[in-house]
Amino acid sequence: MAATTTVPSASPISGSRSFLNRLRDGDEIARMITFLFAVSVVLVTVLLIFELWQGSVLPRHKFGLHFFVTQVWDPVAEQFGALPFIYGTLVTASVALLIAVPLGIGAAIFLAELAPARLSDTLEFFIDLLAAVPSVIYGLLGVFIVVPLMRDYAQPALKNTLGFLPLFSGPMYGIGFLTAGIVLAIMVIPYIISVSREVLMSVPRDQREAALGLGSTRWESTWKVVVPFARPGIMGSIFLALARALGETMAVTMVIGNTPTISASLFSPGYSIAAIIANEFTEATGDVHLQALIELGLVLFLLTFLLNGVARLLIVLTAQRGSGTAHA
Amino acid sequence: MKRITGNFLAALALALTVVVFAHAALSITGAGATFPYPIYSKWFDAYKKKNPAIEINYQSIGSGGGIRQVTEGTVDFGASDGPMNDEQLKAFQDKHGFGVLHFPTVLGADVPTYNIPGVTAALNFTPEALAGIFLGKITKWNDPAIVAANKGVSLPGNDIVVVHRSEGSGTTYIWTDYLSKVSEEWKTKVGKGASVNWPVGLGGKGNEGVTGQIKNAPNSIGYVELIYAVSNNIPYGNVKNSSGVFVKADLASVSAAAAAGAKTMPDDFRVSITDPPGKSAYPIASFTWLLIPEKISDSAKRDAIKGFVSWMLKDGQNYVEQLSYAKLPKEVVAKEEKALAKVQ
Repeated sequence: MAATTTVPSASPISGSRSFLNRLRDGDEIARMITFLFAVSVVLVTVLLIFELWQGSVLPRHKFGLHFFVTQVWDPVAEQFGALPFIYGTLVTASVALLIAVPLGIGAAIFLAELAPARLSDTLEFFIDLLAAVPSVIYGLLGVFIVVPLMRDYAQPALKNTLGFLPLFSGPMYGIGFLTAGIVLAIMVIPYIISVSREVLMSVPRDQREAALGLGSTRWESTWKVVVPFARPGIMGSIFLALARALGETMAVTMVIGNTPTISASLFSPGYSIAAIIANEFTEATGDVHLQALIELGLVLFLLTFLLNGVARLLIVLTAQRGSGTAHA
Repeated sequence: MKRITGNFLAALALALTVVVFAHAALSITGAGATFPYPIYSKWFDAYKKKNPAIEINYQSIGSGGGIRQVTEGTVDFGASDGPMNDEQLKAFQDKHGFGVLHFPTVLGADVPTYNIPGVTAALNFTPEALAGIFLGKITKWNDPAIVAANKGVSLPGNDIVVVHRSEGSGTTYIWTDYLSKVSEEWKTKVGKGASVNWPVGLGGKGNEGVTGQIKNAPNSIGYVELIYAVSNNIPYGNVKNSSGVFVKADLASVSAAAAAGAKTMPDDFRVSITDPPGKSAYPIASFTWLLIPEKISDSAKRDAIKGFVSWMLKDGQNYVEQLSYAKLPKEVVAKEEKALAKVQ
C-alpha cells in the first residue's frame, strides 16, 4: 500500500520552468515541507535504534546472545538476562489479545451494522473516552478491583474447573500474568472497537445491498461480505492494540507482581520489559545495569518491529485470500 | 511596518527585563534521592523565605540518578540514600580532577509490616527470621524461628507471601544492607543494592505498592519506610538488635542507632549504621546524604550551597522531627561543619 503511494514527480521533460511555476503556486513548497516531515519520522526511528545500540555496548559485549536466553537478573552481581521479561511481555500481550479481539470485534460489528445510529454514536463517544483514560487509572482499577476479584473468585473458580491444566495451577495471589493480561485487555478493547467500527462503517453500501439482493440475511451479509471487506482495517486495529499491549508500563507493573519468573501458570507473578525499565532505570547506579536496561529497550523495540512486520505480512496474505475486492 | 518594529522592540525589552530579573535570584539545582524529598522540599522552601535571592530546585529522580547527574556535572549537587562506592568516587575524580563529599542530612529507617489474619499483636522478628523469610527458607508463619520470638501469639501454619519493592530504591538498599550484615548467606547469595535479585516474593511499586499488596494478600510480609508507616498508621513489627533487645522503630530508637554510628563515623561520612551496637538502637536505619563537589568554581553558587548546608545543620534540623525523620546527632553535625570548609 505504502509502496504504491507516489508523489507527483517532476518529469524530466517539463524542465525548470514548470518547477518555478509549481514553486510559485506553493505545490513544490508544500511537497518539500511535508517530505521533510515524513523523513523526520524515519530519522527519529533510526536515531532511536542508534542510541539504544550505542547505549548498550557493555552488556552486548559481556553477554552477547546469552542475554536472550538467560533467566538471571541480578544487579548486585551484574548478571543480566532478558528471557523472563520477553516471556512476560509476550504472555501478557497474548492473554490481552485473546480476550480483547473477540470482544472488541463483536462490539464493533454490533455498533456498525446492527445498532441504531443514535445508540452507536452515543456508545462511540464513551468508547473514545475510555481510550483516552491514562494508563495509571487502569492500573489503579486493576489493583483495587481486578486483583481482589481475581484472587477471591476468578482464580479459585478456574483452579476448580480447569486446574488440571498447568496454565491454572499454583498459588493464587490475585496478581500475575493473567491479571495483567485482563487489565491490558480492558485497556485495548476501546482501540479495537473504535477503529474496527470506523472501518466497517466505511464499507460501501453497494456491497451490503448486493449481498441482500442475492437473498442473504442481514447477518450473512455482515459476516460474509462486510467483515471480509473490512478485514485489513480490522487487522490494523488489532495490531494497534498489540503495540499498546506490548509497550504498556504503568498498568502492567501495578498488577503483574514484578518478579522475573518463567512459569507455565498464568497465576504466577511475572515481569514485562517495559515494567522493569520503568522500575529500575532511576536507581540503576552500575553502568552494566543501566546499559542492560537500555538493551532491554532495544529488545522491546525489535520485538515490536518484528511483530509489526508479521502483522503487515498477515494483512497482505489475508487480503489476497479473503477478498479480492478489498483493493478494487 | 514601523509600528510593528516598535512593538517588537518593546516586547523584546520586556522579555530581556524578565530574563534579567529571573537572573537576579541565584538558581541552584540538585537531584537524587526520593526518600528525603519531603524534608528537602520543606528545607528549600524555608531557606528561600530567609534568603529570597537563592532558589534551590531539587528533582527527586532517585539516588542512582542523583549520583549519575552529579558525576556528569549537570546538577550542582546530588543526593543519595546509599553512599557512593569506591568505583563511583573514582569515576567522579577521574572526570573532574577533584572529589565529591558526602554530607549526612537526616536519618530514616525501614520497618517490617505484615498482614496475618487473626494476629493483632506487634510481632517480634529476629535477624535470623527476617533473613530466612526473605531468602525463602522460612515459608510458614508457624516456623519455630518466628514462634520462639513471639510467645503467646498463635501463628497460623499458612505460607508466607513475601513482598518487596519492585523499583530500585534507597529503602531496599537499607533493607538489603541490614540483611547482608546479619546473614552470611544473604551476603553471598543476594548482596546489597537499590535493586537486587530477590530469592522470593512479589514486587510492589513504591511504599504504597508494597502496602497495597500486603493489605491485599493474607499472610504476607514486606518492608516500608518508617515515616510512611507512621503517617499512614500501618502497624509494624519489632526487630531484635545486636544487644538482643526487641526494639520498635521510632524517632528515639533511630536516633540511638545514629548515636552509635556517630562514634565510628569516618571522615568521609560514608557509614552504614545498620545493625549498630547499643541496647536501645533500632537496627535497620540509615543516614541519607547530599553529594557536593569539592570544588565549585562559581563563587556565588559555592557560598550559597555552603550557606544552605550550614543552615540545614543548625536551624534546618528543627524541621526534621515534624516529618518523622530522626535528627542528626550533635557529634555528626560538628564534624560536618568542619568538613564543609573543604568545599572550595
